[in-house]
Amino acid sequence: MFRTALLVAAKDLRIELRSRVLLWQVVPFGVVALLLSGLALGPAHAGNSSAGPGLFYLVTLFVALLMINRSQAIESTPGTKASIATLGLDPAGVFLGKSLALCVELWATGLVLLAGAILVLHTALHGALVALPSIGVTLAAMAAAGTLYGALTAGGDGAATLLPVLTLPAFAPLLIAGERSFSAALHGGALWEWWVILTVALVAYLAVGVLLYGVLEES
Amino acid sequence: MEGDIDVVRLHDAVVLSSGFPLLSGVDLRIGAGSLSVVTGANGAGKTSLLRLLAGLIPLTSGVATVAGIDLAEGDPRQLRRRVGWLGHEGSFYDDLSVRENLVFAARALDRPTSEIGSVVERVGLSHRIDTTTRQLSAGQRRRLGLAWLLLRRPELWLLDEPYASLDDDGRTFFDALLGDVVASGATVVVSAHDPLRSAALNPRTILLAGGRVVGDN
Repeated sequence: MFRTALLVAAKDLRIELRSRVLLWQVVPFGVVALLLSGLALGPAHAGNSSAGPGLFYLVTLFVALLMINRSQAIESTPGTKASIATLGLDPAGVFLGKSLALCVELWATGLVLLAGAILVLHTALHGALVALPSIGVTLAAMAAAGTLYGALTAGGDGAATLLPVLTLPAFAPLLIAGERSFSAALHGGALWEWWVILTVALVAYLAVGVLLYGVLEES
Repeated sequence: MEGDIDVVRLHDAVVLSSGFPLLSGVDLRIGAGSLSVVTGANGAGKTSLLRLLAGLIPLTSGVATVAGIDLAEGDPRQLRRRVGWLGHEGSFYDDLSVRENLVFAARALDRPTSEIGSVVERVGLSHRIDTTTRQLSAGQRRRLGLAWLLLRRPELWLLDEPYASLDDDGRTFFDALLGDVVASGATVVVSAHDPLRSAALNPRTILLAGGRVVGDN
C-alpha cells in the first residue's frame, strides 16, 4: 500500500512540475483573491482586522477546489482510466498517494498565501509562524477529504459543480478549526483543542479514504 | 492456431448500461494462444465486448469466465492485472515522457525498469523516449501503448481499434508484432472495422451486430 502511495504521489507531483498548472494558474489566482480581500477590507482596517485568518482559509478553499479537480482530471480521461485500471494498483495506496501529492501542493500554495497574508493583510509574522503547524494539519486533512470527494465526482458531467457542494460540509469543520487555531496563534487563546479536532479529522478522513476509495473508483 | 484451453468463455452474456443493451446474449469461446478479430459496424458492441473481457464494465447477466476468473463472482482487479488493454483513446499521462510512463507501469507491476530500453526500441520509439506523450503523434501513441503491453506481458491482449491512426509502415509493424505475440503463447483479441490485412496471421473473425455474435469463422 505504502509503496503504491509513494509511486502515485511521485507521479502526480512530477506531472504538476511538468505542467506548471499550480505555478501559473492556481497560485496567481490565490494571490489575486488575497489582494482583493485586502482591498475589500481597506488599508485602514487590514492590519487591525481579525478577518485575516478567515480570509486566508477562504482563499485556500477556492484554491483547494481547483487543485482537487486538477488532481482527479489527470486520471479521468477514459483511455488513461482503463489503462491504469489494468495495472491493478491497490486503491488504498492510490488514495494515500493522491492525498500526499495534493497535500504537498496545498502546503506549497499555503506558504505563498501565508506570505501574501503577511504582506497584504498585515498578519503578524510571529503569529503566522506559530500557526504554521496547525495550518499544515488543516491542509493535510483538506487534501485527504478532497481526494475522497474528488473521486466521488470525477468523470461526472457536473463534477465542477458537484465538488464544492459536496466538499463544503466536509471542509466546514476543518476551516472553522483551522481559522480558530490561526486566530488563537495571532491573538492568544487555547490552541490545543483545535489541534485535537484537526488531528482527529485528518485521521478519520484518511481511514475512510483507505477503506472506501476502491469502492468509489469502481462506481 | 486455437489452443485447447479456453481463455474466454461467454454464455448468454448480457451487459446493460442505464438499461440500454450493449451486449445481448453473447456466446463465445476463445482458446489460449489464438488471434481473434472482432468486427462489425459502429455500435455493434466491439468495444463493449473487449471492455467486458478486460473487467472494465460489469456483466449484467449470463456466464462469463476470462483467464479462469468468473466475472460475475470474482474480483475485477484480479482479472485486470492479467489482461492488457489498448484502447482507441489516449491511454497515458500526457505530461509524462515515454520513459516516465513506462517506468510508472513497470514499478506498479514490479517489473524491472531495465527492460524499458529494449521494449521502446522494439516499437521504434527510441528517438522519442524523453518526449512527453502530449507531443507524440497518434501513431506514436499507439506504439507507446504496445510498449506498455510488451512490458506487462499479459496473457490476454485486448486491442480496441489498434489500426486507427496507423500509417502503412505502422500497420505492417503491428501485424508482425501481433504474430510474435501469438507465437509466444499469448491470446490476442482485436476489434477492427476491417479484417486484418496480413493473411499470414490467419485470424479467427467474429462478426458482431446489435450486441450479438452473428458470424464466426
